[in-house]
This record gives sequence, C-alpha cells and structure tokens, in this order.
Amino acid sequence: MASSAVEKMGTEQQKEEELPVVLLLHPLLFLTKGELLKKFRFLMPWEAKSMSTHEFLTTHAQSVRALLSVGIFPVDSETIRSLPSLQCIVGTSAGVDHIDLAECRRRGISVTNAGTAFSEDVADLAVGFFLDLLRRVSSTDRYVRRGLWPLNGDYPLGFKLGGKRVGIVGLGSIGSEIAKRLEAFGCSISYNSRRKKPSVSFPYYSNVYDLAADSDVLILSCALTEETFHMVNKDVLSALGKEGIIINVGRGALIDEKELVRCLVQGEIGGAGLDVFEKEPDVPKELFALDNVILSPHRAVLTPESFDALQELVIGNLEAFFSNKPLLSPVKDE
Amino acid sequence: METVGVLMTKPFSAYLEEELDKRFKLFRFWESSNRKEFLKENSHLIRAVVGNATAGCDAEMIGLLPKLEIVSNFSVGLDKVDLVKCKERGIRVTNTPDVLTDDVADLALALILAVLRRICACDRYVTSGSWINGNFKLTTKFSGKSVGILGLGRIGSAIAKRANAFGCPISYYSRSEKSNTDYKYYPSAVELAANCEILVIACALTEETHHIVNREVIDALGPQGIIINIGRGSHIDEPELVSALVEGRLAGAGLDVFENEPQVPEQLFGLDNVVLLSHVGSDTVETCKEMADLVIANLEAHFLNKPLLTPAV
Repeated sequence: MASSAVEKMGTEQQKEEELPVVLLLHPLLFLTKGELLKKFRFLMPWEAKSMSTHEFLTTHAQSVRALLSVGIFPVDSETIRSLPSLQCIVGTSAGVDHIDLAECRRRGISVTNAGTAFSEDVADLAVGFFLDLLRRVSSTDRYVRRGLWPLNGDYPLGFKLGGKRVGIVGLGSIGSEIAKRLEAFGCSISYNSRRKKPSVSFPYYSNVYDLAADSDVLILSCALTEETFHMVNKDVLSALGKEGIIINVGRGALIDEKELVRCLVQGEIGGAGLDVFEKEPDVPKELFALDNVILSPHRAVLTPESFDALQELVIGNLEAFFSNKPLLSPVKDE
Repeated sequence: METVGVLMTKPFSAYLEEELDKRFKLFRFWESSNRKEFLKENSHLIRAVVGNATAGCDAEMIGLLPKLEIVSNFSVGLDKVDLVKCKERGIRVTNTPDVLTDDVADLALALILAVLRRICACDRYVTSGSWINGNFKLTTKFSGKSVGILGLGRIGSAIAKRANAFGCPISYYSRSEKSNTDYKYYPSAVELAANCEILVIACALTEETHHIVNREVIDALGPQGIIINIGRGSHIDEPELVSALVEGRLAGAGLDVFENEPQVPEQLFGLDNVVLLSHVGSDTVETCKEMADLVIANLEAHFLNKPLLTPAV
C-alpha cells in the first residue's frame, strides 16, 4: 500500500480513538449509525462473542461515562453498578421507566429522554384513535372490505366529537399537543397532573378518579412511575362509565389491564384505543373481536420524522455531555 | 298537515321517518315494488319529497309528481336533485348545511390520520397475531404536512381550522379566491395538487367539478401524495384512482364516497394504504337528529307559508 494511504488510515484510526466513547447494550433500532459513528466510538458488547455482557462490561467498560439506551430494553441496577464511571444515560424513548432511576439518583447519573422529538406523532396517534373510535372508522372499514355495504346497508351511527369532555392524564409535552389538537375539534379539555400548572387555563383535577367521572374520554400521556402504576383501576373505569372511552399512549401498566379487559368485554366502558400493553407484544385476545377497541403495536413514535428529530437530539445530548454543557432533554427529578 | 303527502326516498333515518309519519301522510318509496306506478297512484297527494345524498329527486320523479311543491333534502349536497327542473317548475329545495359541517370535517381528519398512521392496518396487524413476529413498519407523520383543500366553503374551512392545529400549512383551490383568508390560493386543481402532500376534496359536485381529480391531478400530486374524499364519488375519476393506488403512483387514499355507492372497487380491499368508509360523513347520532329536525322545520315552514330556513332554490 502507498505510504500515504497507510498514514491516512493511521490518522483515521487515531481520530477514531479520540472520539468520545459511548456504550450500547443493544444494536440500534431506528437511529442511523452513519452520523453517530462520525462523532462517537461505540462499545458493543454483543460483538464480543466469547464474553457475556457482564464480563464485557467489567473488562472493557470500566471507564465508560455515557450509555446510549436503545428502545425500552431495560437498564437495570445490576448493569449500572457494573459501570463505575457512568455519568450519563442518553435515552431514546419518551418514557424512561425501563431505566432504574433510583439507582441513577443514588449515583448522580443524569438521564435524558426523547424530549419533544416524539410529541407531535404521539399526540397525532392519540387524536387518531379518538376519531376512529367515535366515528367507527376501523370497524366501518372492515365492514366495507368484507363486502357488507351492498348487502346489509349502512353501518351504525357514530358520535360527534364537538362538545366531548376530554380528560388528559399528564399534561406534559405530549399531553399539551393533544389538548391543542382536540380544542380545534370543539372538545373541552381538563387534566390531571402531579401538580397544577399555573400557566394552563384548563380545569385541573387533583386525582384521576374525579377526572374520569367528569370526562367522556380519558387520555393517558403520563410517565409510568411507582405512583402511576395501575392508576386506572376498577374505580376509575367505573367512574369513566358505560359511554366513556379510554386512550393509552403512555405505558401499558398505567392501566390495570385485566380489569380493563373485563370492563370492555362486559360493556362497562364504551371503548378503548391502546398503543401500549402490560406485556408487549402480548395483547389480551379477548380484545381482538371487539369493534369498539383499537389496538396498535406500540408504534406511536415510529415515523421517519420522529426518528430524524430523535437523532438530532441524541447527538445534541451526547455532545453537550462530553463538552460539559447543559443537557438538552434531561429527565427532571421530581 | 296530516293530509300533506310526503315521499321519503329511502329509510335513511328512523327518527326522521317517525317524525314525518306523525305530521304528514308519509309515503315510503322503498316499499314500492313498481316505482313509476307508485308515484302515479299517489301523485295527487304527494306535495313534498324528502331525499338524501344518494337518493334524491330527479327529472323523472319530478315529472311524475304534478303536485310537488318542495324537496327537503337530508344532505347538504344537492347533486342528486334536479335543480334546473325544480327552478322551472317553481319547486322549492332545501338542504341541511351547517349542522353537519363539523362532523364531515372531523371525518376528513379521521381519514387523514387513519391513512397516514395506518391505524386500521395496525389494528389488523395486532389482531392477526403478527406483533409477536416484529414491529410494524414506520408510518408517516401527519403534523406539519401540507394540506390542499379543493373547495374552501363551510366544510373546507372547518377542515383547514383543524389541520391548522396540527401545524399543517394550508392551501386551496376554489371557484374564486377568498379575500378573508391567509391560506394560499392556487388557480387550478392541478397546481394545488402539485403543491401539497394531502389533497382533500370538499367542494360541491357540479358539472364543472365532475372528475375534477383526474389522471393529471393524480400525477401532479405524485407518489407521496394522499387523496381524501369526503365530497362525492364522482369528484374523482375512480378507475384512474384505483390504478394509481394499485400501481403505487399514490401513497394512499381515504375515501368516504364512491361513484356507484354502495359498490366499492374490490381492488382496493387488499391495500393497507387506503381506508374505505360507507358514506358516513355526517353519520353521528347527534347530527342525524339535527339534520332530521331541519328537514322537518323546512317542510313545516313551507306548508305554513313561513320563510324556509335553509333554501337552496
């Protein structure tokens, strides 16, 4: 090889070695490697076929300061404890309940999430579910595709959106985008949040039960924490009532799923739009035949546009961390 | 008014049927085995016709009803009522504008989201047990996409207001440019299609707008484009639309109306990027009642010699 080529390779290798090191525990799902590889050097335990992940971490990752969390694959306390130099976990999802936040707090490790990169797409899907349920879009589409329109005539009537009372649980970035959209359809908005938001004029409810009692549709767009686990339980579903609809674009475990299924099967609530479930990808089969239920395989954020926005944010967060600047989308400890 | 004969063309509203029956002498056109005979036999009594979007009042019917004074239609679109003939004969015509504007606009947005975000297809994906095998593919974001509206009347404006809340830039084509709006105007359907990603048909069906969405417009919209039709099936050259979808020259379509309802082109049944509805634009419990009440109110006003509430002719 010409000496200049060898030199060039040498420089590139050197450049690569100077790049900040980021640990990955799982191959990237939707982000594109190209951009990231120009700026960071990734440690990828699964490529060391002779070692378990734990062995790899204890051998090669002791000085790693940053971890890029892929999807919602768990980052548990054992993993965190095997990384003594870890100072930052950059998340690629809206929710970070898959990361042991308590352990991070103990160690002073910052965590970032997807910030607002996904908010519009998630909000759009929540609104899409609401429209679909009230106007019977999926069930009518099925009806037409089965050739039933010429045979059986018109499908049953749906319901008007205007004037419906929408209760949003979690008025963060996603919840606010949902509110903005549904107002344009003439819906009235109320919300429940950890704390009342002084800059927001929508009526505030301090608990989900009261919000459900006064709502025609309950939309869940909050984080899953110890406090919010199964927050939608038998009582809340009962308060929502026979004509009430529930839409979940948060996390499956926000709802007592068994209870939800029972209510839907027995007609005790009016319908549901669900993008998330307690044990994905398992979805309770009793829901499959229900015309007033929309099921979705946890893909509210799966658009190229969301991932472009996420890519920018991830690079921004990593660059900020490595240059000691404020992180772009830190998860606040509240 | 119990002696006033009112002909209802189809059983499109049980509530309306009941209310007409209470007030007038109701003739149920769908119960007749021989339509012409039925009309001839009862022509001395029938003074009003109540039709809807698909079964209106054509020249033949008008010809067979010499005592016809008013057509009170259960729809806002009047393409199935022979307005020229009505004018000639001095027959009044009323429709149901405004009460259904929101529902139809809501449905347009429902179709956009269902198509772009593959809501129906994803539901099928889960119920067929496919999720175990892997994630659904990426869909496309709606917020921020450019929306082009054909016809910026009541319904078109209501659609624009909603799409605005999703951050969508709005453009439109109309018979004439509107002075009271900031939306971008294009002087033809082709130019509108060339400059938007989601084309929504929201105008009235007339001779001019028949097949307004043709091959040229479909080509201008392009393979990333989506068509949403909440107008009338005949706004679109349906065979052209079907081949564009089947051949991938359009990214998708949300259709509430078809050229020959209730016939829907079967080639569309296997496509994941289309959503097919059975002309449900204003089919909500609340709005159907309001529409029915308006039909009755117009009829009563006419037979009491009071001003019509929503006259079209």
